[in-house]
Amino acid sequence: MSRRIGVVMFPGSNCEYDAAQGVESLGATAEFVWHSATSLSGFDGVILPGGFAHGDYLRPGALARFSPVMEAVAAFAREGGPVLGICNGFQVLTEAGLLPGALQKNRGLTFLCQPTTLVVVSTKSALTSEAKVGDELVVPINHFSGAYTCDDDTYKQLLDNDQIVLRYVVNPNGSRDDIAGVANEQGNVVGLMPHPERAMSRLLGSEDGRVLLSSFVHANVTV
Amino acid sequence: MVVDVNLRSGIADPEGATIERALPALGFVGVTNVRAGKSFYLDVEAPNEMAAVDKAQALAERLLSNPVIEDARVRVVTGAS
Repeated sequence: MSRRIGVVMFPGSNCEYDAAQGVESLGATAEFVWHSATSLSGFDGVILPGGFAHGDYLRPGALARFSPVMEAVAAFAREGGPVLGICNGFQVLTEAGLLPGALQKNRGLTFLCQPTTLVVVSTKSALTSEAKVGDELVVPINHFSGAYTCDDDTYKQLLDNDQIVLRYVVNPNGSRDDIAGVANEQGNVVGLMPHPERAMSRLLGSEDGRVLLSSFVHANVTV
Repeated sequence: MVVDVNLRSGIADPEGATIERALPALGFVGVTNVRAGKSFYLDVEAPNEMAAVDKAQALAERLLSNPVIEDARVRVVTGAS
């Protein structure tokens, strides 16, 4: 049976179709979940896609974290279910406290839309289990608030627990320690600013996102 | 009431830095440490001032600021609006 991936739609999400198409190209089934949903049972994984949830008012992710679905996402994550936040979805997960740290405005206040080269730092996450440490992946970014930041204690914890999942080879946005993606301590919740769902086909520039979404689609489920 | 939200000290402020860099070109010299923030203006119903401050402080911490990177300060402004 194919894996069922829930793709959460907030008012203002705009990468949900790319995410759904990405996982379906890997043989999974994608189903959209409206942000007012209160249950995620039956899913093998949940994606919070990119976009501008609730208009990004106040701060990106600040209002989305109070959407009813976020309690279900937290429960799903607590039980070990794989959760992936891409771009705005990453911002939502940090605001919700499901991932450590925060995303700040880019250094230089520049909106960035360009390919980046990422290096796989840890394979102990739902997003990177099928990759190898040191793999370089070309994946585009498309954001204004993507500079990862955290306090020193959190940073030490990230290093000690191998929670830094991906780094930029060339830092585009001022992220602390070139961080592009982080996981929670258990590795089942992962967030990244780059868009793997837009790097699924060589025809469109890169297919390096496939190993990431494939890892996620096949991540072990304990829910 | 007014809730001021500012980046915590030590957190880089690209907006403040950009403003600061623009100042010399406009003839403003000797202006440093520019930090950008936000202010929210609210009317709060409460039995007394302390309760109103508590309420504003709670919502400032829960929603208006991200405690990971920002500090929120509540000021009482009476007779406004």
